[in-house]
Amino acid sequence: MEQVISKIDRRKFLKFTGITGAGFIIGLSLKGKAGAVSVAKAGDVASYGLTPFVMIEKNGTITIFNPKPEMGQGTFQSIPSLIAEELEVPLTGVIIQQTGGEKRFGPGQSAGGSSSVRGSYFELRKVGASAKEMLVQAAANQWKVPVEECYAEDAKVYHKPSGKSIGYGDLAEAAAKLEVPKNPKLKDPKDFKLLGKNTPRPDIPLKSSGRAVFGIDVEVPGMVYASVAHSPVFGAKLVSYDDSAAKKVKGVIGVEKCQRIFGPYTYDCIAVIGENYWAAIQGRKALTIKWDNQGNDKFNSKDYTQYLHDLSKQDGAIDKEVGDFDKAYSDAPVKLDAFYETPVVSHSPIEPMNCVASWTDGNKLEIWASTQVPGGIMNEFTKKYNIPEENLTLHTMFSGGAFGRRLYTDFVGEAVQLSKAIGKPVKVLWTREDDTEQGPFRPMTFSALKAGLSADGKTLAFQHKVISPTIRYSKNYDKTKTDGTMTEGISEQKYEFPNMKNLYVNADFHIPVAAWRAVTSTTLAFAHESFIDEMAVKANKDPMEFRLGLLTKDSDTKTVLQKLKEVSNWDKPLPAGWGRGVAQYEFFAGLAGYVIEVSKKGNGVNIEKAYAVIDLGTVVNPDMVKAQVEGAAVMALTAAIKSGITFENGQTVQKNFNTNQLVRINEMPKVEVHILANGGPKIKGVGEPGLPPFAPALCNAIYAATGKRIRKLPFDIHNV
Amino acid sequence: MPEYTLNVNNKDYKIDVDPQMPLLWAIRDFVGLKGTKFGCGIAQCGACTVHLDGTPIRSCSFPASAAAGKKITTIEGISENIDHAVQKAWIEMQVPQCGYCQSGQIMSAVALLKNKPHPTDADIDAAMQGNLCRCGTYQRIRSAIHRAAELV
Ligand code: FES
Ligand code: FES
Repeated sequence: MEQVISKIDRRKFLKFTGITGAGFIIGLSLKGKAGAVSVAKAGDVASYGLTPFVMIEKNGTITIFNPKPEMGQGTFQSIPSLIAEELEVPLTGVIIQQTGGEKRFGPGQSAGGSSSVRGSYFELRKVGASAKEMLVQAAANQWKVPVEECYAEDAKVYHKPSGKSIGYGDLAEAAAKLEVPKNPKLKDPKDFKLLGKNTPRPDIPLKSSGRAVFGIDVEVPGMVYASVAHSPVFGAKLVSYDDSAAKKVKGVIGVEKCQRIFGPYTYDCIAVIGENYWAAIQGRKALTIKWDNQGNDKFNSKDYTQYLHDLSKQDGAIDKEVGDFDKAYSDAPVKLDAFYETPVVSHSPIEPMNCVASWTDGNKLEIWASTQVPGGIMNEFTKKYNIPEENLTLHTMFSGGAFGRRLYTDFVGEAVQLSKAIGKPVKVLWTREDDTEQGPFRPMTFSALKAGLSADGKTLAFQHKVISPTIRYSKNYDKTKTDGTMTEGISEQKYEFPNMKNLYVNADFHIPVAAWRAVTSTTLAFAHESFIDEMAVKANKDPMEFRLGLLTKDSDTKTVLQKLKEVSNWDKPLPAGWGRGVAQYEFFAGLAGYVIEVSKKGNGVNIEKAYAVIDLGTVVNPDMVKAQVEGAAVMALTAAIKSGITFENGQTVQKNFNTNQLVRINEMPKVEVHILANGGPKIKGVGEPGLPPFAPALCNAIYAATGKRIRKLPFDIHNV
Repeated sequence: MPEYTLNVNNKDYKIDVDPQMPLLWAIRDFVGLKGTKFGCGIAQCGACTVHLDGTPIRSCSFPASAAAGKKITTIEGISENIDHAVQKAWIEMQVPQCGYCQSGQIMSAVALLKNKPHPTDADIDAAMQGNLCRCGTYQRIRSAIHRAAELV
């Protein structure tokens, strides 16, 4: 869906019907083949197999198509900037249009894994640069002057000697007929106007005025509302239901069965359909549903914790082996071992799951969704209903937070089924209770760690064994092998251990689990980096120096730690009753570290300050990076000190924010973010790396201040 | 069902809904203003914050009929052109991430600054504690409120 930046026109947001009028479109095909076409309508370009990310209309209107959904991580600015920078257009006034999974926009239409900028940095700059070169050539041709005498700026081409200029709109048609340059020249980063700068985000005014349109805000003519009752107990089967009272509620127009499909699970649900949402909710409350819990109501967190402890005694599958751990450990004069536990947590974006779906003519489907995966939705629902791509129109809305939850399409499926069943556009809107109760959740991981040290504190042997269920739902899953998703990062840390043997033990779990912001690194970093601290203590070394001592070779990790040492004044003594802790973690998404300072307060601690360093290589918008790390710190703090999700009687104990509490403003620590961006070819992720090292840095600081070692999350920060 | 009149942003809307329907749904689905958001439905997150005669309330937990005869102000009503001091500060400090909680945050901040033109950090904690932000924009919210105090 289109979100206009320059002119704010509410009706236009809600009634976007597609781009009309002649335009010029340029893009790179999936195989790197470039091409440009002159089109009457944006839709026509599909048949050329291009990925047309830029459209310039005759009247000068410029549209940039953004394949990366905006969920708070800033892709509404960062991604279009890549094109705009090279195209020489300012972002203000440009229409940014989220793509809807159309094949012509290529396979990368999703946001997750901190990959949006990493994955598009050069490709999308080339798109912008190609378009610019064609426009400049078109102007040179029209003026009959050498192309070298022309340059582009501010959506115009200028002729240097004469000073005359012409707008992109007037050049679009001629430019479209030119050959697309194979190797467009990219700008020298020193000439960047947008990239690497604190460019204001175009979505901020919309989001500061109630004008940004999220999935929940979509309204289409004839639309009805559905509230879907799911079993609170996971793995229950529907026996029967009585909807007579529900149907008497004023405004209720029907009750329909549907299914929630998540990974390998299919759950029966009952949807109450109303003329308005409130009616649907009232009707749902009036339903009487009989579920067969199939014994799953006996499930609880306490027994499951015991089960994981029991599993930890198994050898497990080898994740990575260096040298001879068993011998080195048994020979080591100093040994230590520890067991770490983390909880299940929810994603809980503040915008609850919702989707509008509308079937027309029995074979045309339109979907409006706050989603991380427009490409995935296109794929899944065209296949499932056997309709061609042109028959599915997907509007990718702003997401009111996602954090991995919106990588999944269970709630989209509900709306699609219900619209098909009743032949009307349907808005499915989950309640907060649905969201908290149904998951999917970040699973817990438990960690058994062992280390052998020499008498003078050198590390001789190291082991991290992970015990957890998996978030990988694959038919060929082999429980006897390691699972890289669940051991994420533990074998890739740069510490130089002469002997290491990391292991994985898979646990059964019947509750839907999923990727969460920074995935498994969020739990494993806590165990890993807290234990490194325990080793430093045992070796009688300063935790910073101990880590640096394990990093004799140059690495980004070493640079991050050195930077942390500098910005936090690590060597400067703290006031009495204070302590500081350090942690870093590198994983697929990137690398960051913290130094956190705490002070004793009653039986607990107060977080005085968090210094963060994130290693990026190349940065598109430094201010946005800082915002992401500040936010990651808050999310990590919630996961460390709030209840998380526990289970009793087969269901979640927490149902809403009164029990599933999140950190509030009064608990927000001061976070100071430093960015390492030395340029160069490496581009690392932004959205996730700020999360994993926060909890271990905090707990290491608590140890420094109080002598208490925290090995289990969550913990009570007021009573450690 | 009785028909009653809601005055939202100085405009009257006649609506005919279940008097127990929360004001939030009346505003969103009947008045048609979507800036006010739903997050929890139990007065825990603040996404639905609007002003009732100038006082911030959680519209998800307030019956629509009880708002009749009072002045309701939503995010859409605080400025025509996104130029309220709080909004200016929000833009200057680039506060929103996903933005979903921000209508509620801004309505709480506007009310705070009306009562306390120069709030301390403790005042901000007290006034803003009811507004959750899952994206974690709290540090910027705090700076932006201080900035808005200068701009007013
Ligand atoms: S929706 Fe009203 S406080 Fe959360
Ligand atoms: S900005 Fe996303 S919840 Fe606050």
